[in-house]
Amino acid sequence: MEPTDKRKHYLNADYGIRSWLLTLDHKRIALLYLISITLMFLLGSLFAVLIRLELLTPAGDFVQADTYNKLFTMHGIVMIFFFLVPSIPAVFGNFLLPLMIGARDLAFPRLNLMSWYVYMVGAAFTMWAVLTGGVDTGWTFYTPYSTTASHSNVMATAIGIFITGFSSILTGLNFIVTIHTMRAPGLTWFRLPLFVWAHYATSLIMILGTPVIAITIFLVGVERAFHLGIFDPALGGDPILFQHLFWFYSHPAVYIMILPSMGVVSEIITCFARRRIFGYGFIAASSLAIAIFGFLVWGHHMFTSTQSVYAALIFSVLSFAVAIPSAVKVFNWTATLYGGSISFQAPMLFALGFIGLFTIGGLTGLFLAALGLDVHVHDTYFVVAHFHYIMVGGALMGYLGAVHFWWPKITGRMYSEWAARVSAVLVFVGFNLTFFPQFVLGYLGMPRRYHAYPDEFQVLNVMSTTGASILGVGYMVPLCYLIWSLWRGAVAAPNPWRATGLEWQTPSPPPTENFARTPVVTEEAYAYPLKEAELV
Amino acid sequence: MPKFSLFPESASTIAGQVDALFFFMIAVSAFFGLLIAGLIVFLSIRYRRRAGSNEAGDPVHVPIALEAAWTVIPLAITMVMFYWGASVYMTMARPPDDAHEIFVVGKQWMWKLQHLEGRREINELHVPVGQPIKLTMTSEDVIHSFYVPAFRIKSDVVPGRYSTAWFEATQVGTYHLFCAEYCGTEHSQMIGSVIVMDPSDFQTWLSGTDADAGMAASSPKDTGQQLFTQKGCATCHRGVSGSMGPALAGVFGRERTFADGSKAVADEAYLRQSILSPQAHVVAGYQPVMPTFQGQIDEEGMLALIQYIKSLPAETSPGPEKQG
Ligand code: HEC
Ligand SMILES: [Cu+2]
Ligand SMILES: [Cu+2]
Repeated sequence: MEPTDKRKHYLNADYGIRSWLLTLDHKRIALLYLISITLMFLLGSLFAVLIRLELLTPAGDFVQADTYNKLFTMHGIVMIFFFLVPSIPAVFGNFLLPLMIGARDLAFPRLNLMSWYVYMVGAAFTMWAVLTGGVDTGWTFYTPYSTTASHSNVMATAIGIFITGFSSILTGLNFIVTIHTMRAPGLTWFRLPLFVWAHYATSLIMILGTPVIAITIFLVGVERAFHLGIFDPALGGDPILFQHLFWFYSHPAVYIMILPSMGVVSEIITCFARRRIFGYGFIAASSLAIAIFGFLVWGHHMFTSTQSVYAALIFSVLSFAVAIPSAVKVFNWTATLYGGSISFQAPMLFALGFIGLFTIGGLTGLFLAALGLDVHVHDTYFVVAHFHYIMVGGALMGYLGAVHFWWPKITGRMYSEWAARVSAVLVFVGFNLTFFPQFVLGYLGMPRRYHAYPDEFQVLNVMSTTGASILGVGYMVPLCYLIWSLWRGAVAAPNPWRATGLEWQTPSPPPTENFARTPVVTEEAYAYPLKEAELV
Repeated sequence: MPKFSLFPESASTIAGQVDALFFFMIAVSAFFGLLIAGLIVFLSIRYRRRAGSNEAGDPVHVPIALEAAWTVIPLAITMVMFYWGASVYMTMARPPDDAHEIFVVGKQWMWKLQHLEGRREINELHVPVGQPIKLTMTSEDVIHSFYVPAFRIKSDVVPGRYSTAWFEATQVGTYHLFCAEYCGTEHSQMIGSVIVMDPSDFQTWLSGTDADAGMAASSPKDTGQQLFTQKGCATCHRGVSGSMGPALAGVFGRERTFADGSKAVADEAYLRQSILSPQAHVVAGYQPVMPTFQGQIDEEGMLALIQYIKSLPAETSPGPEKQG
C-alpha cells in the first residue's frame, strides 16, 4: 500500500515488520487482528465447504465419518473461538474505541499487544491440533465423550482455547478501563455512541464469563490426562455438571458475538438515515440487560438432558424474558428510519440485512425456549439454522457492515460501491437459501452432526448447499475489491459518509496520535443532520 | 417413509400438541417478522433520500408509551408461549400410571431394547398402538439421545443415570429412531426404527423368539433373579431378621432413612446407587459392609436386577426393620 499523501499517519509512521509486531498503537494492533481473524475465517469456511459437499448426498460418501466429525468440530471451534468472539471487538473495538471517545490509545497499550500474542499462541495450539489429525468432540466438548472416549487431539485444542480465553479477558479489561477513564472532556456516559455501550456490555461478559470456560476446559484436560473423576460417571464424576459449566459461558458468548454487531448497526442506521437514534437510553440499557440476564438462561440448552423439570421451567421463562431487550432494539432501529433521509450505500444494506436476519434468528430462538417444542427440535437442524441466523446472519452481517463503514477510515481508500452492493445482496440471498431450509429439516427431525442421513432429507440439503455456494461467492467478492481498493481505490475524505462521531473528525487514515488536539464534546451522539461547518 | 416432505408424520398422542404449539409460534413469528420487514421496506421507500433534500428532519421525540408498549406486549405474548410450552413439557415428563415399561440401553453405536416379557431387540423397537409406553434408559458409555421425530419425543441417555420418556403411538407404521446427541464416529449410524403394531400382532410378536438368540428369551426379572443369586446378594439380603443386609422386598418406592438421619425415596436411581456405591447412603441400623459391585454388572444386568428387586412382593417377606 502506498501512502495516500505525504501526510504522516499511523500506516506510514514507521515501516518494517518490527514496527508492526512490536507496535503499541491500537490501530495497528487492530490490523494485526484483522489479518489473523480473516485467515481463521477462511479456514473455518473451508471446513464449511467440505461439510456442505458431504451433505449433498444422503450416503456418507465424500469423506469418512471420522473426518466429517472433525470437520464440523473444527468449523465450530475456529469460527466461534477464533473468529466470531474476537471479530468486532478485537478489530473494530480496538481501532475505534479510542477514536470514538477522543483518546490517544487504549488504557493499556502493552496489554493490548499482549492479548494479540496470547490469541496467536492459542491459535497456534489449535492449528497444531488441526494439522496433527484434528479433534472430533464437537465444539461443545460434551463429556464423557471428550474426556474418555475420543481418540482425537482434545488436549492440544483444549489448551488452545484455554489460552485464547485470556486474550478475551485482557481485551475486555482494557476496554472497560478505557471507557471509564479516558473519555474526552464533555463526553458524558449518555453522549457515548451506542457502539461504545455495546462494547462495554460485551467486555463485562468477557471478563465474567471467559474464566468459567477456561476452568471448564481445564477440568476436561485434567480428567483426560489424570483420570480424575470430574465428569465421567465411570470415574465417579457427573457429565451433566460439564454441560452446566460449559453453557454458563457459552450462552453469554452468543452475546459476546452479537452485541458488538448491534452497536455497529446503531452507528450505521443513524448515519444513512440521517437521524438521531430512536430511544438512545433504551438501546443502551438493553445492552446491559442482555449482558446481565444472559448469564441466567444457560439451562435452555439442557431441556432434554435429564435436568430437573423445575430448573427447566425457570430457564424457560428467563429465556423468554431475555428476548425482550433484543426486540426493543429491533423496534428502536426500525423507528429510527421514520422521518429520515435514507440512502442505501453498502454499509446500510448490511445493517438492514442484519435486522432482517437477526429478527428471524431471534424469533426462532423463542421456539427453542418453549419447553415442549424444544424437546422435538433440540439437537436437530432447527437449532443449527437458528444459531447461524444469529451468529452469521446477525454477527457476521454486522461485521461486514463494520468493514464497509470504517474501511475508508482505516485504510484511507474507498472501495467500489457497486461491487459492495452486489456482495451485500449475494450474502443476503445466499444466506437465506442456505439456512432457511434447515429450519424445515429440523422440524422434520434431521439430527445435527449427521454424516449420513435418510433419503427424504436430500432435497432440502441440496438447496442448502446451493445457497452455501452463493454465500461463498458473496464472501469472496469483498475480499477482492477491498484488497484492490488498497492500491486503486479513490482516496477517502476524513468523513466520506458525513457521519457524526469523533472518529470522523480526524483524517483518514488517522495520525498515530489520533487527534491533533483533544476534542471537546458538546452534544449528544448522532446529532444529525450535520451542520455544514462540522464537515472537515 | 415418503421420499420428500415438508412436515413430519404425527404418530403419537403428544405430537398433535407439539404441532399446535409450533403453528401458534409460527403465526406469532410471521406476524412480527412481516411487521418488521414491512415497516423497514415501507419506511425505506417513504423516507428515501431525494435529490436536493435538505436532510433536516424534525428532532426525534421518543414517546415513553410507545417504548412501554413494545416492551410489555411482546413480554405478555412470550409468557403465553412459556405457559403453553411448559404444559406440553409437563405432559411429556409424566408417564401415565398404566404405561408399559421398556428398558433402553444406548452404547456406541447401537440401541439395545428389552421388553419386560423377555424379548430383546437391537435398533428396532416393536410397540403396540394405543398403549402408553414408558422407556427407562441409560447408557453404557457416553451420552446418547433417544429421538423419534414422528412421536416428537427426545430424551438424553446418560451414563450413570436413568432417564425416562414416554409415548403412546396412534398409528400403525414404521418410524425413524435417531440418536440425537453426538456420540462419536458412527453417531449418524446409531439409528433404527420404531415399529408400531396392532395389539394382537404385537402379542404374537411378543411371544415369538429372538431371532439371534434362537430360544425363548428370559425376562429381565428372571435374569435379575439369577444375578441376585450369582453375585451373592442373597447371602446378606436373606429377608429374615438377623441378616447382614436389610430385606429388599417392598423397598422400592418406600422412604428410606439413613445412618446420618437423611431420607430418600427408593427409586431406580437409588437402587442403582445402593449397588454401585453402597457407602453413599447407609441404611439406618446397618453396618457399612456391603461391597461395591462397580464394574461387575453391566447396564442391562443392572436394569434386570432392579426389576427383580422391584418385583419382590412386600407382604410375603416383611423386612426386619420398620422405618419405611
Ligand atoms: C456383605 C453383605 C452384602 C452383600 C453381599 C450385598 N449387600 Fe446389599 N446391603 C448390605 C448392607 C449391610 C446394606 C445396608 C447398609 C447400606 O445401605 O450400605 C445393604 C443395602 C442394600 C440396598 C439398600 C436397601 C435399603 O434398604 O435401602 C440394596 C438395594 C442392596 N443392598 C442391594 C444389594 C444387591 C443387589 C446385592 C448383590 C449384587 C447386594 N446388595 C449385596 C449388605 C450386602
Ligand atoms: Cu443459549
Ligand atoms: Cu449419537
